[in-house]
Amino acid sequence: MMRGCLIALLVSLVLCATAAYAVDPTQMPTPALQARYLSLTHELRCMQCQNEAIADSPVDLAADLRRQVRDMLLAGRTDDDVRNFMVARYGEFILFRPRMSMRNLWLWLTPGLLLGVGALVAVRIVQQRSRLVPQDNEPLEEDIRS
Amino acid sequence: MLPELGHFALILALLLAALQAFFGIAGPMLGRDRWIAAVTPAVAGQFVMIGTSVACLITSFVGNDFSVAYIAENSNSALPLFYRVSAMWGAHEGSLLLWIFILSCWTVAVTIGSSRLPPRFAARVLGVLGVVSFGFLLFTLATSNPFNRLDPAAPDGRDLNPVLQDPALAIHPPILYTGYVGFAVAFAFACAAMLEGRLDQNWARWTRPWTTAAWAFLSCGIALGSWWAYYELGWGGYWFWDPVENASFMPWLVGTALIHSLAVTDKRGLFKSWTLLLAILAFSLSLLGTFLVRSGVLVSVHSFAADPTRGIFILVFLIVMIGGALTLYAWRAPLLKSQAGFELGARESFLLFNNILLVIAAATVFAGTMAPLISDSLGLGTLSVGAPYFNPTFMLSMLPLMALLSVGIHTSWKRGRLGDKKRMLLTTLVVAAVLACGLAFGIYSKGRVLTPVGAAVGIWIILTSLVDPIDRLRRKLSLPRAVVGMTIAHIGIGIFVLALTTVESFTVEHDVSLAKGGMTTVGAYEFRFVGVKAIEGPNYDGVGGTVVVTRHGAPLTVLYPQKRQYWVQHSVTTEAAIEMHYGSNVLVALGEDLGAGKWSVRIQVRPLVNLVWLAAFIMAVGGGIAASDRRYRLARTAEAPVMSGAAGEGAG
Amino acid sequence: MNRFALPLGLFALLAVVLAIGIKHSPDKGTIASPLIGKAAPEFSLPSLTDASRIVKSSDLRGRWYVFNVWGTWCGGCRLEHNVLLQMRHADVVPIIGLDWRDNDAEALSLLSQLGNPYELIAVDHDGREAIDWGVYGAPETFLVNDQGVVVYKYIGPLTQEAWEREFLPRLPAKQAEKS
Repeated sequence: MMRGCLIALLVSLVLCATAAYAVDPTQMPTPALQARYLSLTHELRCMQCQNEAIADSPVDLAADLRRQVRDMLLAGRTDDDVRNFMVARYGEFILFRPRMSMRNLWLWLTPGLLLGVGALVAVRIVQQRSRLVPQDNEPLEEDIRS
Repeated sequence: MLPELGHFALILALLLAALQAFFGIAGPMLGRDRWIAAVTPAVAGQFVMIGTSVACLITSFVGNDFSVAYIAENSNSALPLFYRVSAMWGAHEGSLLLWIFILSCWTVAVTIGSSRLPPRFAARVLGVLGVVSFGFLLFTLATSNPFNRLDPAAPDGRDLNPVLQDPALAIHPPILYTGYVGFAVAFAFACAAMLEGRLDQNWARWTRPWTTAAWAFLSCGIALGSWWAYYELGWGGYWFWDPVENASFMPWLVGTALIHSLAVTDKRGLFKSWTLLLAILAFSLSLLGTFLVRSGVLVSVHSFAADPTRGIFILVFLIVMIGGALTLYAWRAPLLKSQAGFELGARESFLLFNNILLVIAAATVFAGTMAPLISDSLGLGTLSVGAPYFNPTFMLSMLPLMALLSVGIHTSWKRGRLGDKKRMLLTTLVVAAVLACGLAFGIYSKGRVLTPVGAAVGIWIILTSLVDPIDRLRRKLSLPRAVVGMTIAHIGIGIFVLALTTVESFTVEHDVSLAKGGMTTVGAYEFRFVGVKAIEGPNYDGVGGTVVVTRHGAPLTVLYPQKRQYWVQHSVTTEAAIEMHYGSNVLVALGEDLGAGKWSVRIQVRPLVNLVWLAAFIMAVGGGIAASDRRYRLARTAEAPVMSGAAGEGAG
Repeated sequence: MNRFALPLGLFALLAVVLAIGIKHSPDKGTIASPLIGKAAPEFSLPSLTDASRIVKSSDLRGRWYVFNVWGTWCGGCRLEHNVLLQMRHADVVPIIGLDWRDNDAEALSLLSQLGNPYELIAVDHDGREAIDWGVYGAPETFLVNDQGVVVYKYIGPLTQEAWEREFLPRLPAKQAEKS
């Protein structure tokens, strides 16, 4: 048990010994490429300090991955090529924007579905309540006061 | 000696919490008035015990008693006094004690404030709060005792995490927890009403000031956390959709819905079961947040050390509290009926839309936050959900809400006719649109489609919020605090929308590598990197850069960003240098030493970003003013209605 | 069943999800590798110990091997070093090292001090090879079969217990018997 704790401690020290962040002066040759580069590096998760994007993480691995993204973009690969490359090696976990796949469909549909259900509920309640208006003679607070 | 005293006081507090819970719930049930009378002393005793315990821990921190394991882990003799005090809540054990202490403060406040309530009802409220307190005390004593001794004592402590050595973050937890925990009061009122079976409008009126006060604290706490992240984490961002941030944001969203539905239940006797459910949900989400942060089930930058036993304990506690409350709900809610009616354009309708949209927003955040867990437990594999998911999906429900707000505050109860308000609304909308276009195309001269829309909505909210109060002042009518508070909070929302739109549309950011004497231009500003030199602080050293900022050649300021290396934990923090200029924040942060005097430097110009936090504080101030309205302090009973409130109030 | 019991039902589902979350939480931070069951990455890298040699994945085809990612800067690697030496001693399966983002001289001096458990060590100065293996923190240890397919991945410092529990049972029977 003691040993386990020690290892956990050491590993965590190695992984996130810093609260600094990355400053990434990479300049892509065109503004369009630069925009794609920034968007991709913000979308890929740094696997070491796990809640940071590789754009923000100061660890070496993040720098390696940023270089990988840069090289692939310079080589004319598409954004999806880059995503597929990363997923093939690190799994879906590396994507901060879950892909629209069958596995993740529920997540992407949830907000829209909820909005639909919400609209239906609202319509029903308003219909019901507006039918009750003529019989509702309970005085309003404002009416009592004035 | 002190740590043992603190530990002992905590055990006594546990016993008193048990008494408070038992007498508070069993007393009214069995009609034992003497039991009911015992509740208040139990509350007072518990407060004294927990206060003693907190005082012992803080004194031990101040006195550098490194024989206490928690202090050895989270403090150091070189740590400045202020942070030795705030280090008390710098990690799991101590922050849990702070949680309990704040709950105890709320309980005392409720005891004092409920002197006009029927004694049985008040006893039940305190009883439910006793159960919550008991659970957390038991949790602390069983799994997370901050007073555990270290044998032999450590020669010195391992220091407080350097990123926590910051004034904003030192006061962030107490304020945030005050908000979080404050929803326990609404929860307790709801449970008491359900236990009693007297689910009239009274409980809603009694609950309103407490809920609004808790909401105000939570707004303030979240804003402080975000502000801290902006300048301390150095990324120059202010919201990361991190699980821990979401854990505090979900109760805020549901709490906002609750404040509005309480108004409807109070004024019109409508949405009673829904309001009950929201009161349960707001606190349940606070508890769930506590679970997510402390159990290690989610990966987060801010989370405490993970420990499955703690997770199991909190889960059982969640099941008892939330499961119990929802069971009560399933049993009592079907009895609630209301015959009140309202039309489509009436205030009730708009508050209904408000509630539905806020709950959908909360559910969206919930889905995104829990998705990694859900996906994992369904065997669908691991996945990550970050800002690229949350930003668009959250907007989906927030944009309609913001657009409806301006109309909503000018509707009247029951009847759907806007009447002469219609012209005013149209006029203000036109003015807002013109101003928004001026801002988008005139001042900043770029932006996206959503830019003028967002700005217009924000400005419209501010304008329409002001119409009614100004009108009243002109006619020399009274302006009750509840109305003033509501107006201020809504203006805060308007400013928030405006600021957020501006920040998101017009931020300019560049990461550059600069040699000594190098220049770069970002936005309207020029930056000259003079160089770096060594710096030394009380418990760190590092490098400080000097960057001269000019605007169109005219000198503006000199910025000194730092990179600090803290001695004890050997960790590096970045201290961005920020200068406010015409509402824009100019931020410079040091990156890496690239060798040969070259440094990578992050330069960012964020217009109006300070307004984002200011807006949140304005909302909090509005909440505070509304909560202090005299009217709430008088209990209204069915026989003797007290009506000192004014018309028009209630949408707050 | 009334609709007011719906929140309770949803909460029950949530409780189950949270319970599973707690059960899985000890291995939070270790992310299952998508490489398992797939061909190991092809590589052709300079050898640490012999400058004239190239370590090639094609040369390893037909044998089972353990692929261990390490570096002198990595504290966890120091912890598992003795376990690796014992594995080498038992001679069950060859260990191929990947010296990740490291300084050659320091790596060689460390091995001469502590002993060299590796049959071959490939050098990955710029971290490109590690990316191909989906490495996110040393030490990480892969088990590759004679077809060149990744069978298993272990994250963190290897222990004797993990070796016996996770690696040995996956090896072909006659090879595992040797231990």
